[in-house]
Amino acid sequence: MSGKSSMRTPLARIRYLGSAHAGTDHFWKQRVTAVALIPLTIAFVLIIISLVGRNQAAAIQIIGSPFVAITMLLFVLSGVHHMWLGMQVIIEDYVHSEDWKLTCLMANTFFSFAIAITCIFAVLKVAFGV
Amino acid sequence: MVQLTLPKNSKITEGKTWPHPADAKHEREFRVYRWNQEDGNNPRVDTYYVDTDDCGPMVLDALIWIKSKIDPTLTFRRSCREGVCGSCAMNIDGMNTLACTRGMDEIGGTVRIYPLPHMPVIKDLVPDLTQFYAQYASIEPWLKTDTPTPQKEWRQSKEDREKLDGLYECILCACCTTSCPSYWWNGDRYLGPAALLQAERWLVDSRDEATGERLDYLEDPFRLYRCHTILNCSKTCPKGLNPAKAIADIKKTMVERQV
Repeated sequence: MSGKSSMRTPLARIRYLGSAHAGTDHFWKQRVTAVALIPLTIAFVLIIISLVGRNQAAAIQIIGSPFVAITMLLFVLSGVHHMWLGMQVIIEDYVHSEDWKLTCLMANTFFSFAIAITCIFAVLKVAFGV
Repeated sequence: MVQLTLPKNSKITEGKTWPHPADAKHEREFRVYRWNQEDGNNPRVDTYYVDTDDCGPMVLDALIWIKSKIDPTLTFRRSCREGVCGSCAMNIDGMNTLACTRGMDEIGGTVRIYPLPHMPVIKDLVPDLTQFYAQYASIEPWLKTDTPTPQKEWRQSKEDREKLDGLYECILCACCTTSCPSYWWNGDRYLGPAALLQAERWLVDSRDEATGERLDYLEDPFRLYRCHTILNCSKTCPKGLNPAKAIADIKKTMVERQV
């Protein structure tokens, strides 16, 4: 990226474009969503267990109750946000060509939003019974 | 993408097996990475047998013994032979460490020696550390002040001085930085554990007046935040320091000034 074959000095290459003055927000959000996911994942697993062996009407009744639906929505939001941030880090780590990197980062964003909106729509549809 | 296999001209081949020393009662097998840009060949691993009754107890003693008794072309850096200069950092028995402080008795069986991982090799066990030193220089490792210099020394309380313990002892041997997978993949943008440990050393120095400026320099998704707490750095440090903690402390300071 900083032109290894160029005649720039090593220090110029390391300083390169300067600091992006970013990253702390990303780091912090990843931690916040991680902490949020501890109780939310436990709650999600318990909700899924409570659905086992029930018929569709009972399942809809459980998911449709406000507390369960809100917990499910919070789980989806925190989980997908965490996944989005985490995948971004993995792409930045391993994909080094600028074109590929930007494409993957965009695809990651599209995929995360698609998953989040789909899950939210599904929960709301069940909850409001439309 | 990250390169997972070695390029063709970097594939390591089986090298020469040098003769056993004459009349040796106790000997030790050494397998050492060799590469010479000038001969145009791929890197190879040579096998040497060291007479342990005729040489000192450390791995560096054995390398010097090989160089003076068997093969004078074997190339490596060394200077102080007591863990202070950091010159003889290399990968011994799968671990980055100093050859002068690693005893042969700490290693079972054959002693395998390679240069520090993932750095350009100049010759044999000598890596090119230009980028590593530039990264160190980039964090501006000196006291920065705007207040006029006092007549005597810059004063510091005992407690503040103690905050530098565990940081100032770094000898810049590059064992930690070259053990870090994040540095392997993104070494051109990630500063690496050694430079960041030194950055923390100046961030916590009570006499320094450029803390904010230093944090500004580091606040970058690549320079600082490529650290994923893999902890190879702290595990491998031959001086027993904890670069991973220093980096975690920098991140904590970053959050502190924002939240």
